[in-house]
Amino acid sequence: MREMVVISGKGGTGKTSLTAAFAHLAERMVLCDLDVDAPDLHLIAEPTIQRSGPFLSGHVAEIDPAHCSGCGTCEAVCAYEAIHSHDGHFVVDPSHCEGCKVCVAFCPEQAIEFPDRLCGTWYESKTRFGPMIHAQLDPGQENSGKLVTLLKAKARDRATQLGLDLILSDGAPGLGCPVISSLSQASLVLLVTEPTPSGLHDLERVVSLCSNFRLRSAVLINKADLSLDYQAQIHAFCLGRGIPVVGHLPHDPEVTEAMVRGQAVTEGKASSFGAQVRQIWADLQPLLEIPSTPKSKETRS
Amino acid sequence: MIIAVASGKGGTGKTTVTAALASVWKRPVLAVDLDVEEPNLHLFLRPESVNTEPVYLEIPVVDKTLCQRCGACAELCQFKAISLLGTTLLTFPEMCHGCGGCMRICPNGAIQKGQRELGAVESGLSQGRIPCLTGRLRIGEAMSPPLMNQVRQRMRTKAQQEELDILIDAPPGVSCPAMTAVQDADVILLVTEPTPFGLHDFRLAIRAFQPLGKPMGVVINRAGLGDDRVQTFCRENGLPVLTEIPFRRDIAQHYACGGVLTLLDAGLKASFEELAESLERMAQGEVPHA
Amino acid sequence: MVIASLTRIAVTSEGPTLSDPVDPRFGRAGGFVVVDLQSMATTYVDNGSSQVLAQGAGIQAAENLVKAGAQALLTGHVGPKAWAALEAVGVKVVQGVESMTVGEAVAKFKAGQFAFSDAPSH
Repeated sequence: MREMVVISGKGGTGKTSLTAAFAHLAERMVLCDLDVDAPDLHLIAEPTIQRSGPFLSGHVAEIDPAHCSGCGTCEAVCAYEAIHSHDGHFVVDPSHCEGCKVCVAFCPEQAIEFPDRLCGTWYESKTRFGPMIHAQLDPGQENSGKLVTLLKAKARDRATQLGLDLILSDGAPGLGCPVISSLSQASLVLLVTEPTPSGLHDLERVVSLCSNFRLRSAVLINKADLSLDYQAQIHAFCLGRGIPVVGHLPHDPEVTEAMVRGQAVTEGKASSFGAQVRQIWADLQPLLEIPSTPKSKETRS
Repeated sequence: MIIAVASGKGGTGKTTVTAALASVWKRPVLAVDLDVEEPNLHLFLRPESVNTEPVYLEIPVVDKTLCQRCGACAELCQFKAISLLGTTLLTFPEMCHGCGGCMRICPNGAIQKGQRELGAVESGLSQGRIPCLTGRLRIGEAMSPPLMNQVRQRMRTKAQQEELDILIDAPPGVSCPAMTAVQDADVILLVTEPTPFGLHDFRLAIRAFQPLGKPMGVVINRAGLGDDRVQTFCRENGLPVLTEIPFRRDIAQHYACGGVLTLLDAGLKASFEELAESLERMAQGEVPHA
Repeated sequence: MVIASLTRIAVTSEGPTLSDPVDPRFGRAGGFVVVDLQSMATTYVDNGSSQVLAQGAGIQAAENLVKAGAQALLTGHVGPKAWAALEAVGVKVVQGVESMTVGEAVAKFKAGQFAFSDAPSH
């Protein structure tokens, strides 16, 4: 099983548009959207949902007003300022509650319930590109990476069931827990960047993360013609870190036009941009074929 | 007055707008980067004489001579930062959320306060007049809200002492970090772009932020690209579009060189001055037309 | 290199018996089949308590395993934190066990066809 995860650190580099194009070009693949906070891949892939389910993670404290004596112990022990008094008894603000259970343990009246927390919904779908696994986190919920891990496991199960040998994932943004979870067990991490100060800065940070986890990575420079100066800096950086630059794509309104049509850039009418993406996909194949781990005695599911 | 600049989708121009607003803001203003996973505001504001202060979370350190292996701490910890395996008590400092429950519940006083480095707060001065605060998450650190809360604390203290307005560059998305970043704001300014991805993430952001009951304004970046569905959505939902930044190649290139938009041409500068005035009026309770 | 003193080993499993498939996950495994190598008697330990955690499933699974008295673990892969937990209490780990039944894994282990791992996977 091979898994390519597309990440960018900085938003707006074209990560999702490119993932959609690769999904169109790839065969025998399960598509997976790991950007559960603000997913967009479904706008192009137009999935038909086959199964869905609640995503529960952690707990939330709930004070039963009938048993609350108003002593205020809970407010005093809460490290997250999530509990405040309200008409003589105390109320938990679920958006601030961390689910630590400290108030539950210290309430002298045992008046605090601790139910599971509903954080979002996962989906198993089919698309014109192949099966798709995706999710939507509810607003304000903690993106702990657990949902990302759940989606990855579902994608692997689906691929195994159907005898498919590639998982293509649109990775989570940023640098924290969700992206760390996105990268686990990746055979190849494709870093999509742009030649801007923010693009380079965020690339440096995600490359450090990938090398912390000893993952094979490759860089794709999108909107490459925006700044030749920053493009050269990205090349120098990649050369220094021994990371291949697998291609350059121009700053082209065709990307947005395809998005407005609801198509991948390689679908529909032939475009120069689409042809360049096809070439990059072809060039990525050898990188994807090579076993991912230099360590012995370790196998991947 | 506190303005938070947010967006559902990443890369819509949040940081560009924050930097431009800071440069035309009339009253003394503190520019704060709360996008601690990928802080970029400093790349445009270029603060000088930056002071870097590491920031820590309080985590448990177990005194093995006092510990009776009763397991009360491990049973309470919801994050598996303390685990009792047989008679071996282990701590996993990187898992700790800093709730302090273990220290409180230990009957033997065996758990002391230790520290985990979350990242750093950088403070500096841009253009000799705009104080800047940046939170920067340590690479490999999974949790951003605790660091953000420490930046917020410093931000509030400094703004109060020096009577500063605050402009916050919030992280993208609508999960916990984005909500943490906008909670102090008097007005939320949402930056979006007229593309299907932009519209979709914008709607998620509206859905997440609306329950906070704060006034919200919109900046449409790269106007002219894509379609006009974002404009229609704003009109139908009573969201005032305060300014539109046109889709122009010279703007993208100016950004690519780390330039602040208000320096590119007089028209852009004027529209940001107008935006700043609209935000000020919104913070004072005036409701602009959608 | 089977250590003679080992008597109880655990295998991550999708079900309670020797004929169930090995679950290659450790932290979020369905459960463990614990096998007494001398009598070949089995017990099943449900690992459901790990599933609801927002984080730390591997550590919870290690706690469940230690409670069941297992001295060695056969599984697909173990993450770094669970590894640290198992190492601290001296539970030996074989990784890369998958695509077979629990019974087959135990037989291969007894025949000395597995080597203990010296590092976690991600």
